[in-house]
Amino acid sequence: MMPVLLWSDALFFLLLAICLGGIVWARRSPQLAASWRMVGGSRAGVAAATVLLFFVAIALLDSMHYRERLPQQPGESVQYSVEVLSALDALMKTQRTQTEKTYSAPLATHLYAKESRADGQGRDFPRLKFGGKHLEDAEDRGADVVQHALIGLAAGLALWAGLYAVIRRWLRPRAQWFAWDALLWAMAAMLLTGGVLIALMPHYHVLGTDKVGQDVLYLTLKSIRTALLIGTLTTLSMLPAALFLGILAGYKGGWVDDLIQYLYTVLNSIPGVLLIAASILMMQVVIDTHPEWFSTAAERADARLLSLCIIMGVTSWTGLCRLLRAETLKLRELEFVQAAQAFGVSSWAIMARHILPNVMHIVMISVVMDFSGLVLAEAVLSYVGIGVDPTTISFGTMINMARMELAREPMVWWSLIAAFCFMFVLVLAANLFADAVRDAFDPRGRTS
Amino acid sequence: MLTYLIRRFLYAIPILIGVNLITFALFFIVNTPDDMARMQLGAKRVTPEAIEKWKAERGYDKPLLWNAAAAGTAKATDTIFFDKSLSMFAFEFGRSEDGRDIMTEIRTRMGPSLAIAIPVFILGLWAAITFALLLVFFRGTYLDLGGVVLCVAMMSISSLFYIIGGQWLISKVWNLVPISGLGAGLDATRFLILPVIISVIGGLGGAARWYRTIFIEESNRDYVRTARAKGLSELAVLFRHVLKNAMIPILTGVVVVIPSLFLGSLLIESFFSIPGLGSYTIDAINAQDFAVVRAMVFIGSVLYIVGLWLTDISYTLVDPRIRLN
Repeated sequence: MMPVLLWSDALFFLLLAICLGGIVWARRSPQLAASWRMVGGSRAGVAAATVLLFFVAIALLDSMHYRERLPQQPGESVQYSVEVLSALDALMKTQRTQTEKTYSAPLATHLYAKESRADGQGRDFPRLKFGGKHLEDAEDRGADVVQHALIGLAAGLALWAGLYAVIRRWLRPRAQWFAWDALLWAMAAMLLTGGVLIALMPHYHVLGTDKVGQDVLYLTLKSIRTALLIGTLTTLSMLPAALFLGILAGYKGGWVDDLIQYLYTVLNSIPGVLLIAASILMMQVVIDTHPEWFSTAAERADARLLSLCIIMGVTSWTGLCRLLRAETLKLRELEFVQAAQAFGVSSWAIMARHILPNVMHIVMISVVMDFSGLVLAEAVLSYVGIGVDPTTISFGTMINMARMELAREPMVWWSLIAAFCFMFVLVLAANLFADAVRDAFDPRGRTS
Repeated sequence: MLTYLIRRFLYAIPILIGVNLITFALFFIVNTPDDMARMQLGAKRVTPEAIEKWKAERGYDKPLLWNAAAAGTAKATDTIFFDKSLSMFAFEFGRSEDGRDIMTEIRTRMGPSLAIAIPVFILGLWAAITFALLLVFFRGTYLDLGGVVLCVAMMSISSLFYIIGGQWLISKVWNLVPISGLGAGLDATRFLILPVIISVIGGLGGAARWYRTIFIEESNRDYVRTARAKGLSELAVLFRHVLKNAMIPILTGVVVVIPSLFLGSLLIESFFSIPGLGSYTIDAINAQDFAVVRAMVFIGSVLYIVGLWLTDISYTLVDPRIRLN
């Protein structure tokens, strides 16, 4: 196989590297370490972070892309499949390849629509090709599901018990300030659900299948990467510009300030959705007129995903820029900056060395606060048709495809509910984590 | 005061010029009219003649900025920039892909948009402030904690869920109101109830939490302590002192969106097939009707700037300490 590094993968890995670097850096700085300890002491924050870690792990698996090697004919050069797969695809190969004909309910053994029978005698619900095919008699399904679920629960419980022992014996005595109980509760919830899902996965479509027979659980897990990428890369893509312009405007004042303020007022005055719509329409034309830039469909979809991130970044950086400008205005008058000025330090050095580190908490807070809003926005934008590429699996495209299913007779609820539930858990965890981070880093929030 | 307002008004002009330049760059320079023609015509019917015809029909066959072939002032006026971008200042947006005048369309569609947006705005504000005041009244109790948790949970639910779920439950299962569309006259209320309720509920979580923070910050002030020390009841303190003084931060966020109510809501209108400006925009986006999208971008910016202007005025009305000059 041939490893493929999409642009979004590279940025995602870069982001993780920045996070790891940030941890190392925070350990050295006493104030940062103290703030992070506050986050670690907050139960909601720790529980949310634990859940988020599971999501990040899935997204990470889904970011390691490769192209499979095609069976080689003697005498020919090595050929690779045009389909770009990820490690998650490899792990869920059965889910990805074992598709049904059309809808089937969660854990079902029969299709959701009647079909003419093979022997030509009336219409019946046919058995699924994959779901429950190991059962001789479909009547045994209940007992079989319970049996597998119990095995999964037991495995999850065993893992959790091991973790509990490790934490109790070694970790808790070392770090009393950390909210270990919240971590354990969150781990229990995740491991038990994960255990049941994994135990049932090889035998059933746990969350059913969608209109074209794809496994819904597989689609939801794939959506996580898109959601996380949009939530993080959007803020990150405009961060350098926001930081540079915000600090510059606040520190220099005068015409520089006027110019930068003019720039962000103009961008701000265009309604966000419309600017995104206009830009995405334009991007689509650019992508369509230059097919030679992309060698696979995945790369094209990736380009659209990244351009969506950048465009959403352009519409949302103004808020951060304004906050940074206001904070810099305050910092500029403080003694340590004036001392540096008196020593003749150049203004660029002052901005980089004295002001930048002192506004980082604002950046930190705004990155985590924006995340959940962006994940929700992606779903809406994809619904409107100006979100990710229709071939990219995301919560928005899932909801868009399933939106008429509640009106269907009989109703199909599982794809919608699955997408909404996963999105809800992700966004809720992000919101709780953001609150914990804000409480710890925002000096103003500490009093209330 | 008057000179200040005039100055603010003049300040809007460079901003609108900026918006105009950005949209021009986006729609005509990033992609040339030829690209747009190819996209509109579809891959099968693209011939050089078809593209020329498409451009000529829409007036896109002129030079972008400078018409060297024309005489006199027409050198500058007989261009795409003058025709399509500068004319927007006179609210002339030209025709949409289906040949209708965009401005007339906008005028007729404003009504339905406002019919939803105004009740949503008023009810939403009222519900969020009431809920937030209630939480502040019970501050520090489990009721407050539960309320905040509820707010965070409500914020975490996708607006699509509120709409799809609400439509399914109230219209389909309970059969209380029509599922979508809009009637004429008083009959319209029947159609409007559901979208209004759904929008209010959808926005409640975030707004209530935001107002709660404002109220709590305000109720930590000294004058509140004085009011309590005088023996005022907690309710009187909240309504007569805290609410009044919290108006300034509330106004900053609220007044600015009032003019934008004209634009309506994209999602609600398209889900409930209400013929307002929101659904007009969505249809234009889906049909890749660039003229309409451009017009809506411009109108949206104008309304936003009017909103900023109104915010300034409202400050002086609420807080006599603020003098504008």
